[in-house]
Amino acid sequence: MDPIKNISRRGFIKGIGLASGGLVLASTIYSFSKCNSETELVSEFNPNLFVQLNSDGSLILVASRSEMGQGVRTSLTSVIADEMEADWDRVIVKQATGDSKYGNQNTDGSRSVRILYQKMRQMGATVKAVLITAAVKYWGVPESECTAENHYIIHTSGKKIGFGDLVDIAKDLEIPKKVILKSPKDFKYIGKNLPSIDVENLSNGSAVFGLDKRVPNMKFAAIKRCPVTFGTVKTYDKTDALMVKGVLDVVEVPLLRKAFGSLGGVAVIATNTWAALKGRDALKIEWDDGDNASYNTESFMSTITANVQKAGQVEKSIGSVDDAFKKANKFVDATYQLPHLTHAPMEVPNAVVSVEEDSCEVWAPIQSPQAARREVANFLKLDEAKVIINVTLLGGGFGRKAKPDFIVEAAAISKAIKGPVQVVWSREDDIQHSYYHTVSAQYLKGALDSNGNVTGWLHRFAFPSIGSTFKPGTNLPQPWESSSAKDIPYDIPNMQIETGKADAHVRIGWYRSVINIPHGYAINVFADELAYEAGKDPLEFRLNLIGKDRVQETNDQYKYDTAKLKHVLKTAATNAGYSKQLPDGHAIGLAVHYSFYSHVAAAVEVSVVDGKLKVHQVNIVIDCGTAINRDTIKAQMEGSAIFGMSLAFYGKITAKNGVIEQSNFHDYQMLRMPDVPKIHVEIVESNDDPTGVGEPGVPVIAPAIINAIFKATGKRYRSLPLSDHGLV
Amino acid sequence: MITLKINGKEHTVDVDPTMPLLWVIRDIIGFTGTKFGCGKGLCGACMVLMDGNAVNSCLMPVSTMEGREIITIEGETENLQALQKSWAELNVPQCGFCQSGQLITATSMLNNNPNPNEDEINGNMSRNICRCGTYTRIKGAINHCVEQKNKS
Repeated sequence: MDPIKNISRRGFIKGIGLASGGLVLASTIYSFSKCNSETELVSEFNPNLFVQLNSDGSLILVASRSEMGQGVRTSLTSVIADEMEADWDRVIVKQATGDSKYGNQNTDGSRSVRILYQKMRQMGATVKAVLITAAVKYWGVPESECTAENHYIIHTSGKKIGFGDLVDIAKDLEIPKKVILKSPKDFKYIGKNLPSIDVENLSNGSAVFGLDKRVPNMKFAAIKRCPVTFGTVKTYDKTDALMVKGVLDVVEVPLLRKAFGSLGGVAVIATNTWAALKGRDALKIEWDDGDNASYNTESFMSTITANVQKAGQVEKSIGSVDDAFKKANKFVDATYQLPHLTHAPMEVPNAVVSVEEDSCEVWAPIQSPQAARREVANFLKLDEAKVIINVTLLGGGFGRKAKPDFIVEAAAISKAIKGPVQVVWSREDDIQHSYYHTVSAQYLKGALDSNGNVTGWLHRFAFPSIGSTFKPGTNLPQPWESSSAKDIPYDIPNMQIETGKADAHVRIGWYRSVINIPHGYAINVFADELAYEAGKDPLEFRLNLIGKDRVQETNDQYKYDTAKLKHVLKTAATNAGYSKQLPDGHAIGLAVHYSFYSHVAAAVEVSVVDGKLKVHQVNIVIDCGTAINRDTIKAQMEGSAIFGMSLAFYGKITAKNGVIEQSNFHDYQMLRMPDVPKIHVEIVESNDDPTGVGEPGVPVIAPAIINAIFKATGKRYRSLPLSDHGLV
Repeated sequence: MITLKINGKEHTVDVDPTMPLLWVIRDIIGFTGTKFGCGKGLCGACMVLMDGNAVNSCLMPVSTMEGREIITIEGETENLQALQKSWAELNVPQCGFCQSGQLITATSMLNNNPNPNEDEINGNMSRNICRCGTYTRIKGAINHCVEQKNKS
């Protein structure tokens, strides 16, 4: 399929006002309350501005979600353009500022398209309807004789008029309340391959990320934070720092003990980033490390591993697992251990903030502009209306930039120095002061009958909860942190899911696909272990375990569908050549997981030669409902394969006496080009509502690799990363 | 005072001579296309061409750069521009942050080896990290660029 081009590439432009005389569609969309359970509730109506059509035909469409590489600036706006019958070449994308008038802007949970698809369609269809009415008035013809096509309204007689020429009439017309949406067969952009609207700017250095933002009189700052989480400054000596050429000032940053508060420390302000970093090195600080200095991940892993060997809090129980284990012909159990991870986006956290007397302006790469606005307003004791959050491009996010702590830091410094400042995190800061993906221990026990059927399934897990970041002291998983284990639709008569206690000693946060990583890992590896113990082929065994076609009960419109689950698994296996003869020493491992409402499977081919692992091929199949931009979905699956391989190969963050032991890409490694396998992606054709794409590709990768290694070598690796086992 | 030649133009700067070229380019001269990724020469986000070869600008003291021909992502050289065209055609970037460095490393490779094989591409490009995982497309775009050049 040929990609559709936007030749003009006017992408990420600045300074376009939305009230410059064109047709501005004041429509309404729902605003959602922030809700961890993913069940967004309609709380209020807000007027919003997403479309501006100018009399020269140029069309400005607003993207209300943050762009971090997932292509959201292109996908959301292309939906408006499609329904509007607009010419994609005339489209300019403008980034929304952080403001409730745009609805919920949190760019997380793989939900931007899922939540906004129908609303963006309605937005486009509404503008089209107004333009048709304008043409009807202009020509004095019946509405039934007019259609919209490629930025024109066309009359049955053959005459046509451009969208831009209708602006003067259209802007005085009523906005219709009900509109008819296109039939999917008539989609022009939806379901096709649109390159990123920003692709040229991203290839020629002109794209503006947070780190690239410059404002007049801006200074640069680097902060020395306590090596132990929530430690505080006892005393500091700034004499040497002030002697560094370019250093202007040294100020203390407060520790704010709240979810998105600043970590606190000592900031060096300078005329350039290098001087700020060098000045920071010259600071002498005595810290009060606080309680978290006791944190040692090695002993912590022993503690949570012990916790999952004993009965925990029951989250779900079907039948009786005790009976199942008593009656079992054979039982199997295994313990899985996964370490902390950190996002390490290529662009480190950073923010430019300018605090004025009674207002504040922010420019930052932020996934949650409204949370940033709220936090900054709270900190400065300003009305939110006085805080402007400009969202730049994000050089990767993966959940790290959903937390605006780094913006609060910049606000604190700007306030102290009474001028604009850019806070820059070094890579060491990023690795050592993150909101970490949780560390986990999981125990699974399965009962098999004499036919090799699974009659009992016990899954017990313990990990520090993200809830602890919001409510200190939380030491059990939140309900939504258990659901990816509780909801697996395995056809087993006796199941029990239990949680064990785990205290948090670092900030725990969302990381691409979140708790689906440990759950998807343990469930998929354990199912594979059961298959071998039952003496069955893992694919057939798994299809039987999923059982007959049925839909999992859910309280929303999205369905956990076992037919889809089996389909993606079978298709991935077929695409990988599962039943074909493979080269000597090669083997294919499988994994399937449902997350962010999408059904995804992976079939990964590996070999282990002289003790070294090589991943030859990754096949991913995703059913994400209606595909909005196929090339973007393919890119996200390719990226998920690499992200999943990076964590499987190398991902491990450890703490000793509360201090994170890794510091940069030499000891927190990423996959590089020589290790990249062939990646094949299949997107299941579907007209169902669109579901998540950015995250659900990740959880299946590591378990599929582990299962493949077992098939190839007979060795089962129950902990990650594989570098710990000498395999990479 | 240190005089640098960047993208064909001379810039005279008054900075700490140990300041890495990266920060001079970004904070003093103002070309922000060259990126900071790690500050230790590990990720390749800061690559610039020095006399046609890719170097980690985060490691190069500015005082050693006098008399060198520096080209950044904003600069113009035949291979860089051909690669940028391929990058857009294959829709390579996701977040795009690492792509300046990837393009400079690829340019350097083609400057020295107009027809790299797969191992040579892997070897050269292993200097750069892409956290979004666009490696397959980067490799595809390099091959596409080489094919296009060989055709013309």
